Amino acid sequence: MLFDKFQTMAGFQAELAERKVEPFGAVTEKILSATEGVVQGRNVILAGTNNYLGLSFDPRCIKAAQDAAARWGTGTTGSRLANGSFTEHQALETEIAQFYGKDHAIVFSTGYTATMGMCATLAGPGDVILLDADSHASIYTGVKLSGAEIIRYKHNNPEDLAKRLRRLGDRANQTLIIAEGIYSMLGDVAPLQEIAAVKREYGGYLFLDEAHSMGVLGETGRGAAQAAGVEADVDFFAGTFSKSLGAVGGFCVSSHPELEAIRFCISSYIFTASSSPSIIASTREALRIITAEPQLRERLWENANRLYDGLKSLGLPVGPSASPVVAVEMENRSRTIDCWKALMEAGVYVNLVIPPASPSTNFLLRNSVSAAHTSAQIDTIIAAYASLKTTGLITSTQAA
Amino acid sequence: MTDYQEYLEFLYSAVEAQNKKHIELSESTSLVADLGLSSLEVMEFIEKIEDHFDISIPLNILPDVNTIGDLATKVRELNL
Repeated sequence: MLFDKFQTMAGFQAELAERKVEPFGAVTEKILSATEGVVQGRNVILAGTNNYLGLSFDPRCIKAAQDAAARWGTGTTGSRLANGSFTEHQALETEIAQFYGKDHAIVFSTGYTATMGMCATLAGPGDVILLDADSHASIYTGVKLSGAEIIRYKHNNPEDLAKRLRRLGDRANQTLIIAEGIYSMLGDVAPLQEIAAVKREYGGYLFLDEAHSMGVLGETGRGAAQAAGVEADVDFFAGTFSKSLGAVGGFCVSSHPELEAIRFCISSYIFTASSSPSIIASTREALRIITAEPQLRERLWENANRLYDGLKSLGLPVGPSASPVVAVEMENRSRTIDCWKALMEAGVYVNLVIPPASPSTNFLLRNSVSAAHTSAQIDTIIAAYASLKTTGLITSTQAA
Repeated sequence: MTDYQEYLEFLYSAVEAQNKKHIELSESTSLVADLGLSSLEVMEFIEKIEDHFDISIPLNILPDVNTIGDLATKVRELNL
């Protein structure tokens, strides 16, 4: 039967409904600030967003969006290749290229279509793609569409990458290597110095998705490659406007002039409407702010360290180092759902992540930090986790 | 060159740790329907094979692999 394959998911949904828990697609009824909202009738601290710099509620970004909507209208009603390229889109492409110190940029309507479209297009039949095993779904979808030979290397493992490039022999220098700056589920950072060294030894092209690291890492917020000092080794930077920049959209920048030809070959760029001018305008303003205000990153990292240290001191398994994404890994699905529900009742919204969205068979309580969180809010989040321990819902041994 | 049967024997031993139902393995044993491997477990199994034979198994072949015999055939082709 056509629908048989959905029975497992339907059963899981029924289980959640019976337990009166709605962790997926929880409806936000009101946004009170960048860090507070009303979700499922409760006032909660938002600790499960990607609003790393808190710019979704910056009055300057809101004003820019309002002005653009008044000037340009609510939507472009067309593709970038048809009627949907306004001077706003072109200006953002120029500015994002300048931000990265590159000559070429493409702006996409979402981050997903940026990485998916680039990965589907850069390599084709006869080429090889080497992707990190824990790559985002958009990357997996893209490479499947590419027609290239697809090989995974072990997550964040430059030795395994080198081994696989060695096995490719003469084909290595024609290979597209894909990595991410910060991996979204566990918040771990790619070992980019080592990956870049492998690329220098064997050849190939490096595509780096900085979706969760742009605005977060690097001296000027360009991301993990800047922090690692290996930007010159990256052929293509991709990213999103929906996290640090507080809007929606995606981009790819490169020094390769071929990017301008590639632009006309990307289905997810050609056959979708371009972003609304208001989105482009708020993104431009946010890009200006993250350049002018490095203190936002400092504040983000203060909060990230505070949350990481707090959860670690409770004995929870939170990964090897602090990051704006702090995930608590658990083995038991039912208990993880109970914890998510208890956190909500304590006024803290986090992300519940289940396999295959999590990178292993474990379940995650994924917390993300914003520069806009106050220290008191971070402490409330930590206290909510402490209550989980007090009530016996979670222990150091049950997690991990 | 190792022949098909030797590949098969290696695959039997490599997947035994994931044979939670303790079913008798044959070349027609399905990785998902019979062994009940999740997608993650299939990838762990694939990594064992890759390390053993020092090869990379492209993801592209997986839609054509249902049984241990299918996989032995593909690994043999890749290792020729």
